[in-house]
Amino acid sequence: MIERRPGLQILRHLILLMGVFIVAFPLYLTFVGSTQTAQQINQSVPMSMMPGGHFWETYQLTLFGGPNSQGSPLPAMWPMMKISLITALGIAIGKIAISLLSAFAIVYFRFPLRNMVFWMIFVTLMLPVEVRISPTYQVVAGLGMLNSFAGLTVPLIASATATFLFRQFFLTIPDELIEAARMDGAGPMRFFKDVLLPLSATNIAALFVIQFIYGWNQYLWPLLVTTNEDMYPVVLGIKRLISGESWTEWNVVMAAALLAMLPPAMVVILMQKWFVKGLVDTEK
Amino acid sequence: MEKRVRFKSRWLPWLLIAPQLVVVLVFFFWPAGQALYQSVLQEDAFGASREFVGMENFARLWNDSGYIDSFVTTGVFSILVATIGLSVSLLLAVMADRVGRGAGIYKTLLIWPYAVAPVVAGVLWLFMFASPMGVVGYTLRAMGIEWNHLLNPNHAMALIVMAAVWKQISYNFLFFLAGLHSIPKSLIEAAAIDGASPWRRFWTIVFPLLSPTTFFLLVINIVYAFFDTFAIVDATTHGGPGKDTAILVYKVYYDGFKALDMGSSAAQSVVLMVIVISLTVLQFKFVEKKVQY
Repeated sequence: MIERRPGLQILRHLILLMGVFIVAFPLYLTFVGSTQTAQQINQSVPMSMMPGGHFWETYQLTLFGGPNSQGSPLPAMWPMMKISLITALGIAIGKIAISLLSAFAIVYFRFPLRNMVFWMIFVTLMLPVEVRISPTYQVVAGLGMLNSFAGLTVPLIASATATFLFRQFFLTIPDELIEAARMDGAGPMRFFKDVLLPLSATNIAALFVIQFIYGWNQYLWPLLVTTNEDMYPVVLGIKRLISGESWTEWNVVMAAALLAMLPPAMVVILMQKWFVKGLVDTEK
Repeated sequence: MEKRVRFKSRWLPWLLIAPQLVVVLVFFFWPAGQALYQSVLQEDAFGASREFVGMENFARLWNDSGYIDSFVTTGVFSILVATIGLSVSLLLAVMADRVGRGAGIYKTLLIWPYAVAPVVAGVLWLFMFASPMGVVGYTLRAMGIEWNHLLNPNHAMALIVMAAVWKQISYNFLFFLAGLHSIPKSLIEAAAIDGASPWRRFWTIVFPLLSPTTFFLLVINIVYAFFDTFAIVDATTHGGPGKDTAILVYKVYYDGFKALDMGSSAAQSVVLMVIVISLTVLQFKFVEKKVQY
């Protein structure tokens, strides 16, 4: 604090509270929506801003499916959340694993074409899935990977950022460690497992948070490679709920939205330190 | 920078790098090559016949007023998302940086939307504006604004901009906060002793010193608006009314998977690749500069 200006301090709190309000208001409305019945929402102009008494019914209907208020069937979100979880974990762990290995190879070995390999991985930064959707779809379809976990995860696990991050980190590890390990008779894989992996723990945690969120929130790619409702991740399930022609069961949509944002939001809030580190590190 | 000490093995490094290399080759280079190849072919919807047409797909894009419109739409959308998003986040970050007590709580309360999927952000904002029960849409109508994002292109654009900005505030906020932390306190104190008001200190010291962060975030936000907002558009407006919110990525998807015009879709993919590559190069040029600075 440089100087005391009580007026300015009050203004700061006011602006921040307004920011928090803008950020939190849609969330509050989502919660309120999920505790009312579809009729209550659709027939009031505008809807009530107070929570209703239908919390359990809505969430049960959303998680396990059943007939909606018009009698037509609603899909269960619980299996979709499992798909999302497996996909997100697969993408996060897969990315970290293959990036650790390739960064290890690039930093600790000298082999022909090493620089070319590094650049090949590096330029994938410039080819996000959004710009190559139809040709990548054709490749995945040709390999028979549609509607499978492999199709959902493998095309997304190559990561230049993660490889780059681990490479930068490995370069900062003192050479004395590898000399000591060699003197003790440790081979490369032993060195990797007993020295590099423990040292990389915080980087791995930070990267995991970011990649888990990335994987959980994937939308365009699952939209292309899943045609079977059994393989829908939860974000696609939500889209299906609002694309009905005439009637939208808004309370279920809102409950599904809350369920879909809960796991990644918990990860951000509970692992905030690693989240911030991961965000800052991966974007350098 | 290189390691002095290394392991020696002929086959182990290839084994270690193989998984990454296979994924990169199969899912990045092959499709990118395919996109280049298909962009010079004309194919019918069933893939029965194809012929080499050279630059015709690109020429067709160039002459397609729909594509030019989509470019303009994407441009307007990304400029709005970047300027509004950066201004709001900068304001919040400057306030949080100086607020002292409570800064941690504000930070936690402001960063969680990063975890929200774009499609969920779209659905949340749709719910607030949907007719008739949407609370915000109702309030606007009560104030005399006939809100209708299904018919009014400006309203539709406003809706996707708001949803996109809302989701991105947390990201910008964190980076601005980190940028503000790295500004030496002594500079600001010196200016305060010289009698500069907080307003003046911000514009003459803080804002110029923050310019590397701002520029970095500008590029990131444009990339975000170009590529990561597909789900918001798909959940709220479907590119409508008409084609008024069909951003480029949405059009690639629509032409490739709904209209089944593979040649045009591939040509559009190539154009998008050129855009991403230029943005990435721009970003790296800037990172190099920052290192020297």
